[in-house]
Amino acid sequence: MSYQVNEKGYYGDFGGAFIPEMLYPNVEELRSRYLDIMQEEDFQKEFRQLLKNYVGRPTPLYFAERFSKKYNTKVYLKREDLCHTGAHKVNNTIGQILMAKRLGKNRIIAETGAGQHGVATATVCALMGIECVVYMGEIDIKRQAPNVARMKMLGAKVVPAKSGSRTLKDATNEAIRDWINNPVDTHYIIGSVVGPHPYPDMVARFQSVVSEEVKKQLQEKEGREAPDHVVACVGGGSNAAGLYYHYLDNEKVNIIAVEAAGEGVLTGKSAATSALGREGIIHGSKTLLMQTDDGQITEPYSISAGLDYPGVGPMHANLFRTGRGEFISITDEEAMKAGLDLCKLEGIIPAIETAHALAIFDKRKFEKDEVVVVNLSGRGDKDLNTYIEHFNL
Amino acid sequence: MNRIKQKLQENPSKKLLSIYFTAGYPEPEDTVSILLELQNSGVDMVEIGLPFSDPLADGPVIQRSSEAALKSGMTTTRLFNQLENNREAIDIPLLIMGYFNPILQYGVEKFCRKCSEIGIDGLIIPDLPLEEYQLQYKEIFQQYDLLPVFLITPQTSEERIKEIDSASDGFIYMVSTAAVTGGKKGFGEEQKKYFHRVSKMGLKNPLIVGFGIKDRETFQQATAETNGAIIGSAFIKQLNDHGTSGISNFIKTIR
Repeated sequence: MSYQVNEKGYYGDFGGAFIPEMLYPNVEELRSRYLDIMQEEDFQKEFRQLLKNYVGRPTPLYFAERFSKKYNTKVYLKREDLCHTGAHKVNNTIGQILMAKRLGKNRIIAETGAGQHGVATATVCALMGIECVVYMGEIDIKRQAPNVARMKMLGAKVVPAKSGSRTLKDATNEAIRDWINNPVDTHYIIGSVVGPHPYPDMVARFQSVVSEEVKKQLQEKEGREAPDHVVACVGGGSNAAGLYYHYLDNEKVNIIAVEAAGEGVLTGKSAATSALGREGIIHGSKTLLMQTDDGQITEPYSISAGLDYPGVGPMHANLFRTGRGEFISITDEEAMKAGLDLCKLEGIIPAIETAHALAIFDKRKFEKDEVVVVNLSGRGDKDLNTYIEHFNL
Repeated sequence: MNRIKQKLQENPSKKLLSIYFTAGYPEPEDTVSILLELQNSGVDMVEIGLPFSDPLADGPVIQRSSEAALKSGMTTTRLFNQLENNREAIDIPLLIMGYFNPILQYGVEKFCRKCSEIGIDGLIIPDLPLEEYQLQYKEIFQQYDLLPVFLITPQTSEERIKEIDSASDGFIYMVSTAAVTGGKKGFGEEQKKYFHRVSKMGLKNPLIVGFGIKDRETFQQATAETNGAIIGSAFIKQLNDHGTSGISNFIKTIR
C-alpha cells in the first residue's frame, strides 16, 4: 500500500480537485505539466542551485544533546528554522516560482495566515522580479504587523480579505477568487499541501528536500537512513509532508503528526482537525474538515497562527484514517512551555508552531536508543510578542 | 418528464429568464413567497442558492446574502422543509445551486432523494466538476432524475465543451466572463465572440448564460445567440434595495 498520491489525485479517500470550472484550465494545465517540468534537468539545476545558495540548504540535522538527555532518547532537530526567511515555507515558494516562470505566468498571488508564506512568496517574487499580490485576513493583518511590513518592503501588494471570518481560510477564498478573475497570466502559489490536486503533491515534492537531506545526514550520524520516529506539527501540513515524504512507505518509521489543541480539544477553541473534523471539501480538496452539522466551515483556534486551518492536507487525512500516522494534539499552554524549554536547553528559539511538535516529549515516552527526528520548521522571532505576553518577559 | 427539459422543449425559440436567489435571504422564511412572486412575474426558471460559509466562486453581493442567511439560521433542512408541499402552487422548474460541502454533509444520496421528493429538477454545484461527478455521483443523480448542470467559461477548450455537452442532459451554464459573480462591466466584443463561437458548435444542450447579467441590455446581449440567461447578484441587489415587494417591477425591467 502506498501513501503517496494516486493517478487520480487521491490519497485514499482524500484529495481530488473540487474546483469550479473557471479554475479548470489553470489547474489542468498545472496537473498535466508539473511532473514533467519538475523532472527537467534545467529546472532541477536552478531549483537546487537556489536552495543551496539562496535558501542556505542543506540545513543541519542537529543532535540535541541536552534535550535528548532530559527525555532519555535520541532527538535530532532538522533545522528548517535556518532557511532564508526563517522557515521551511521558502522551499515551496522557490519551487513554485520556477514552475510559474515555465508556465509563462507573470503575476503571482498567494494567501497567508501569520504572514510566513506571504513573506516567502514576496521574497521569491522580488528575487525573480515578478508582480506579487498577497491576500491576508483583515484580522491577521492587524495581528501580524511586522510580516505585513516585510511583504511591503519586498515589493508585494498586501490585500485585506474582508469576507467571512477575515482570517486564513478567507484569505485563501480571496486568492481563489482573484485566480478566477485572472485566469490567463496568474499563478497561485498555495502555501501548504492543501488545495486541489496537483497542489498537495506538488508542494509535498518541493518540501521533500527535507527528508531527502535527513536520509543522508542520518546515514552519516547513525549509520542508517531511517529514524524510528519522524515528528512534525501539522496545520495544513507542508513541513510535515516534507519530513515524512521519503519515509511514507517505509512502515518501520513511525509517523507522528502534532496538531494544535488550542485551549483543549473539546473547549470549542481548538484546531485539532483529526479529532474534530469530518470528511468535507475545503479549497478544492476532499479532506478532514472542521464544520457544523450543516456543512458550514468553522473557524479554528490556536495560539499559533500557522496551525489554525480548519482543514488538513489530504495526505495527512489519509495517514490519520489509515492509522499510518500517530496523531497527538498539544494545547497552547503545553506548546508555549516546550518552546521556552528548547530555548533554555539548546539555545534555539522555535516558532510556536514548531513548539507543538516539541511538546510531545512530555506526553509520550520514547525508548532510550530510539532515534527521533523532529522538524524544527521555523524560528521564533516572529512570535516574540506572543512569548513576551505569555511569560510576562 | 423533468420540468427543465419540458420548459426547454415547449418553446425552443423563447429566451428563458432564470433568477438566482439565496435561500433564507433577506429573511429565513422568504423562500416560498419569493418563488411565487417570481413565477407570477413570468420568470421561467429559478435557481435556489443553498447558502455556504465559503462561496469561492461568488462576488461580494452573493457572499453577503449567504452570510446573512446563515446568520439568521438558514440550513439545508430548513430549506427542504420550506419547499415541501409547494409543488402544486409552483410549477416552474426549480434548481438548487450550492457548493458541495453542505451537500456532502447532508449525504449526497439523502440530499438527492429529498430533492426529488420535493420536486427539484436539477442541481448546479459549481465545485463538483465533471470528473468528480462521473467518478462518484453520476448514478445517484440519475436515480432521482436530477439534471446535473455544468459550467463552461470563455477559457474552456472546445474539446472540454463537447465533453460537458455529452455529459449534460438539460442545459449548459455558460459563464459569461472570467470573473466571480456580480461583475460590473457590460458585455464587449470578446463576450459576443464567445457567445457566437459556442452557439455555432452544434451542441445538443441549450445554452443559458450567467454572471454579469443585470438589466435588459445585458439580458438581450447574452441571449442574442443563446437560449436564456440567469440573473443573480443584480436580483439580490434589488432585494436589498426594495425587498420582496419590488420583484415584479424588477422583472418587468428585464423583459
